[in-house]
Formats: sequence, C-alpha cells, structure tokens
Amino acid sequence: MADLLNPAAELADDGHGHGHHEEHHGPTGILKWMTTTDHKIIGLSYTVTSVAMLVIGGLFAEIIRAQLATPDGHLVSLAQYNELFTMHGSVMIYLFAGPFAFGGLANIIVPIQIGAPDMAFPRLNALSYWLYLTGAITMLLGFFTSGGAANFGWVAYAPLSNSLNTPGAGADLWIGGLLLTGFSAIFTGVNLTATIFYLRAPGMTMFRMPIFTWNMLVTAILILLAFPVLTAGLIMLYCDRHFGTHIFSTAGGGVPVLWQHIFWFWGHPEVYILALPFFGMATEIIAVFSKKPVFGYKSMVFATLSIGALSLGVWAHHMFTTGVVLLPFFSIMSLLIAVPTGIKIFNWIGTMWRGELWFSTAMLMSLGFLFTFLIGGLTGVYLASPPLDFFTHDTYFVVAHFHSIVMALVLAGMGGLYFWGPKITGYMLNERLGKAQFWLLFIGTQVFTFPQYILGLDGMPRRVPLYIHNPEWKMLNEWSTIGAVMVGISTIIFVVNVGYSWKRYPAGDNPWDAQTLEWFTTSPPPHHNFYRLPQIRSERPTWDYNHPEHKSLAHGAGAGAEHQPTPLAAAVTVLEHGQDEGPNEGANE
Amino acid sequence: MKVEAKILLSLGTFFGVMCAVYWNWSLENAGGVMMFAGMLLCFLPGSYYYWWSRRMKVRPEDDPNSTQSEGAGVVGSFPSTSIFPFMLGMGAFFVVLALVFGIWFLVPGLFLAVWAFLGATAEGRRGGHV
Ligand code: HEM
Ligand SMILES: [Cu+2]
Repeated sequence: MADLLNPAAELADDGHGHGHHEEHHGPTGILKWMTTTDHKIIGLSYTVTSVAMLVIGGLFAEIIRAQLATPDGHLVSLAQYNELFTMHGSVMIYLFAGPFAFGGLANIIVPIQIGAPDMAFPRLNALSYWLYLTGAITMLLGFFTSGGAANFGWVAYAPLSNSLNTPGAGADLWIGGLLLTGFSAIFTGVNLTATIFYLRAPGMTMFRMPIFTWNMLVTAILILLAFPVLTAGLIMLYCDRHFGTHIFSTAGGGVPVLWQHIFWFWGHPEVYILALPFFGMATEIIAVFSKKPVFGYKSMVFATLSIGALSLGVWAHHMFTTGVVLLPFFSIMSLLIAVPTGIKIFNWIGTMWRGELWFSTAMLMSLGFLFTFLIGGLTGVYLASPPLDFFTHDTYFVVAHFHSIVMALVLAGMGGLYFWGPKITGYMLNERLGKAQFWLLFIGTQVFTFPQYILGLDGMPRRVPLYIHNPEWKMLNEWSTIGAVMVGISTIIFVVNVGYSWKRYPAGDNPWDAQTLEWFTTSPPPHHNFYRLPQIRSERPTWDYNHPEHKSLAHGAGAGAEHQPTPLAAAVTVLEHGQDEGPNEGANE
Repeated sequence: MKVEAKILLSLGTFFGVMCAVYWNWSLENAGGVMMFAGMLLCFLPGSYYYWWSRRMKVRPEDDPNSTQSEGAGVVGSFPSTSIFPFMLGMGAFFVVLALVFGIWFLVPGLFLAVWAFLGATAEGRRGGHV
C-alpha cells in the first residue's frame, strides 16, 4: 500500500542494484568489514555487537536472579556473585545501551535523516567502532584471568577499587576496557556534532531536523562534556593502583569521595546520554504510527536542550548519603529535570491525540516505553528528595528505579529496530513474533521490577547474594525472577525473529508511510545514501513529497510549490578522490 | 550557523551561572572546577561558530527556501575504504593490554599505532582511494 504512495519506489526499481551499485568497487567479505568507512556498515556492526552485549549481560542477570530465587541460593560462590553483578552492570551500561544508541542506530540514521552522504569523519567513525569492540573484549577478558573479572561494582568506588582491596588483572582490564570505549564514545560525539552542524542538505535548517537527530545532537554534546571526565578519573584510578599516587586514598592525603564526584559527574549525564537517543526513537515512531507531525516540535527541542543543560548539575543526587554534598542544590536541580521530562510526555500524548493509530510492534514498544519510563521517572523524583533517599539508598528500591528506566530504554530500542530495521537491511521483521516479544518484554519488565520496589521499601539491600535472615522476602524475589525469565525469553524471540525473517519480507522504500528523509531513499540506501533528494520545506520532507495535499508547513512556511526531486548526482558532487577540503568549505568562503 | 552558535553559547552561559551558584554555595571544588570546564567546553566552539556565522554567507542548509541544486559542489572528501582505523584500533588495544599484562605489549601496540598514524595521514593527503 505504502509503495504506491511513494514515487521513489519506482526509481529504485531501475536504479537499484544495477547502475549505481556497480560504480563502487571495493573489497568484499571480512576485508570489507575491516576496511569500511561507510556509516551504515559501521552502524550495523555496532548494532550487532551491542545486541550481543545485551545477550551476554542478560545471561549474567539470569544467573543473578536464579541465585536470588531462594534465600540461601548456592548456584554461584560469593566471589562469583560480585563479579556477576559488576559485569552485568558494566556490560549493560558501557557496552550495550550507549553504543547501541549512539554508535548503532544513530550512526546509521542521523546522516540519512539530514540528507548527508556519510558521517563527517568516516575514518574516525570506523576507529570508534574498533575501539568499542576491543574495549568490550578487554573488559570481558577479565573472566579468563586467574583472579576473575572486576568485582567492585560498575561504579568502582574508592577505596574498594584500590590495589589492596581488589588486586588482580580483572580490575585493570575493566579500567583498560573503559579507556578504549571512552575514547570511542568521544570520537562518536565529535563525529555526530560535526555531521549535524556541517552536512545537512540544503533547506534542512536546524529547526527542520527530525527530533531523533536533535536528540542525538544533545547526546553528542553531553558525551563531549562528560566522557573526558570519566577517562581522566580512570587514569587517576590506574595511577593510584599502580604508580603509588594517593588521589583517592586518605592514607596519602587524598579524598575517596573525589572519585564519586568524578564518576557521577560523568555518570548522571551518562544516564541521559543513554536516555535521550531512545526518547528520540520513541518520538519518531509515535509520530509515524499516529500519522501526525510531532506535537509541539519546538517545545520538544527545548525540553531536550534543557534536560541536557540540567543533567550537568545533578550528579551528587547519587551521593546524598555521603553526608558531604549540598543537599538542597542537588535536590532542586534533580526535581527541575522532571519539568522538561513532563513536557516530553505531554507532547508524546499530544502526538497520539486524535491520530490515526497503527499498533505495529514498533508502536507497541514505544507505548511500553512511555508507561515504563513514567514509572521510573516518578520513582526518580522520590529518590531526588534526600529524606526519602536516605531511607531507600542502596536498597532494591534504587535497583527497581533504574531498571524501570533502562528497561524502558530496551523497549524503545527494540521499537527502533523494528522501525528502522527494514531501512537498514531492506527486509521487515515478522510482526506476529514481534508482538509476542513485546508482550513478554513489557509484562516481564513490570513483573521483574514491581517486587523489587516493595523489597526495597522493606529494606532489602542491593548487591547481596543471600538473605538467610529474611526468608519472608522469598516470594517477591521469586516473582522478580519469573519476570526476568520472561524478559530473557523475549530476547530469545527477538533473535529467532531475526533468523526467521531473514530475507523473507522485502520492505520497499517506505513501508510505514513515514515522514523523514531516510524513508525517501532506497532500503538499504545506496553508497552515499541518496540518488536524489526532495525539496525540504518542513521537518517532514518525505511526507510532504508523498502527500502534497497535506503538506506540513510548520517551519519556514510559504515556499516550495514545485515537488520535483532533484537528481542528487547533479546536485552534489561527492569527491572520492578528493582534495583536502573540509566539509562545506565552499560555503564558508 | 547562527543556531548552532546560539545553542552552544546558551549552554555555556547556563553552565556558567550554575557553576557560580554551586561553587559559592557549596565551596566544594571538584564539582566547581568540572562545571567551569564544562562552560569553557561550550564557549570554545560556540564562539568560533559565532565568529564565523557573522562573516559568512547563509549556507544552503541554513536557508529555509534553498533548493537542492544550491547544494551543488564539493561536500567533502570521503575515502570509501581504509585499513588504518582498524590498525590504529588494534594498536590501541595492545597499548591497553600493556597496562595489564606487561610492558612488552607496547612493542606491537606502538608499532601498529605509529604505522596507522603515518598511513592515515598519507592517505588523507592523497584524498583516499575507492
Ligand atoms: C526524573 C528523572 C530522574 C531522577 C530525578 C532520578 C533520580 C535518581 C536518584 C536520586 C538516584 C540515586 C538513588 C540512590 O542511589 O540512592 C538514581 C539512581 C539511578 N538512576 Fe535515576 N533519576 C532520573 C532518571 C533516570 C534516568 C533517565 C536514568 C537512565 C537512563 C536513570 C538511571 C539511574 C541509575 C543507573 C541509577 C543507579 C546508579 C547506581 O548504581 O547507584 N535515572 N536516580
Ligand atoms: Cu542521576
């Protein structure tokens, strides 16, 4: 149905696979993978690697939950338990959520959404991937050393992380892995910012960029602000461990709490580095499957920018119980973040209001995201109040809070894969399996977090392998384990779906009748992304082109009567044997 | 270019105000310094973009009425394949392993990294290959 609406599909039929693809000769097979600088292939590698990390981290989680299903579980030893929760958190935060969002989907989608032929620095982009991959391997290598993997928690608090308390190669491999992935993230931040600032197509003004691209811009800026702090902190930690400095130890006049300041100065922006890309995915998906433009586009952009701005001033809400931070400041700042977040939730609902809703898997995932994120956000507001945090800090309440949040992100990310997967591979995923996956993932998430909220209020501490003295916690823990198993099964369904749908359902260029530029080109897009571009007169160029009768002229109204696409070959010359010109040098002069 | 500059400059200003309030109120230095650095990190590129935005013609991507043909011309130089990112990545990998398993890992690490640096620079001069 959608194909009929899309003239680009006809062009694809004669252009695709014959003329244009042959123009580009290059290595094939593994050598192609190793030498590519194409953002789509790099993004796909990122996506596959990070989903593999989701599976690995998920495996650790299932072992943890199996251990906790009984008060005196003896599936793993106490030492192994420490390694497991440390590596679960580390793999999920450092190796899955971030890279999946800003290295995977953003890498593929952002350049296409703004009509760019590639990322601004293609070789740097490739380097980012290799640093990410080797960083992930480095961190996981810890399991193969005699002392085991890192075991000081994913936050590596001093003095637990010094060489006396956690000797061994596992901890150093953890530090080394984070150095590599940290640089990888910084380079991706540079790349995204430069791409968005310099490689937009003519007419794609800043206030016509899709919300996903906007969110990635703010994410990239946050990466640049936050990650160097972590990298610096890790180097200090390494020096403390091996070169006899005493930056984080009282023995030599250092300050252990300094580590917490540094870590959370990165750590809280990091939670928004994780969250904003997924907000963007949900925004695009909700708009497309409501057949409406994003409600309150400018307020959405403004909300994203203010979340980014505020997120630099709230870090010590993770440190309320240290007794040495300015409680009122961090409490007020944290509560303020709820305001732009509320604006976003309002706008998502406004986008759906009176829309023509289509409950595809991607849409269901986004709605699941909305609900789950709301729960996580509201409990976050509780935690931002110091008296309540004193009561719940380091209990399962906090674990439940951030799992509501991060599971919401997993839901949105899965939605993103169902939505953009067809663009990337050219093939759709099976909707029936998708819906089964959604319900298991969504219900499983709630079954897994709700008991943890209650357990936390009841005083169950986090990071304990046994609760022999409180057998009454058994039932709630069992429920939590059941929820975790449901989430695990949903992930298996996803992997099965990818295998089952492999090359089965050709997607066409615009299977969802979507709105933004990536749906104007072929699926998958050609080398350098476009054969031609439509005139860009709003934030929905593809929609305007396909539906001239319902054009959206929200921003920069009044122009663009002609709707002839311009052959890109004539419009833009992409130099492959180029001189040393930077992006848009011509325009600068 | 104006919007880009404005975003960074306003973020920097916000961080500056936040830093002033926080530092004066808490007298805690770590956070104060980091927020101050955050402000600088926004002002640095922000003021550069601002300086340029006042001196250059409106770019087609900043003009709401521009047509696709106005984008004609050179976008940039995009080498379509290169082995050097991989090589540099492996070099960095070995350098990091040297931090853990012994200094001798630096030998292959630095070798690969330096080769990749030189190779990538030369490749950049040539404009890459297809
Ligand atoms: C309205 C927004 C939010 C507020 C007010 C908030 C507040 C808090 C607070 C006060 C804590 C510390 C609890 C404690 O340790 O005692 C916390 C923990 C945490 N939050 Fe949030 N949060 C919000 C949103 C988010 C988002 C969007 C994410 C992730 C994308 C997130 C992820 C986390 C994580 C990972 C932790 C646990 C850190 C640890 O291991 O100790 N939060 N949150
Ligand atoms: Cu936080």
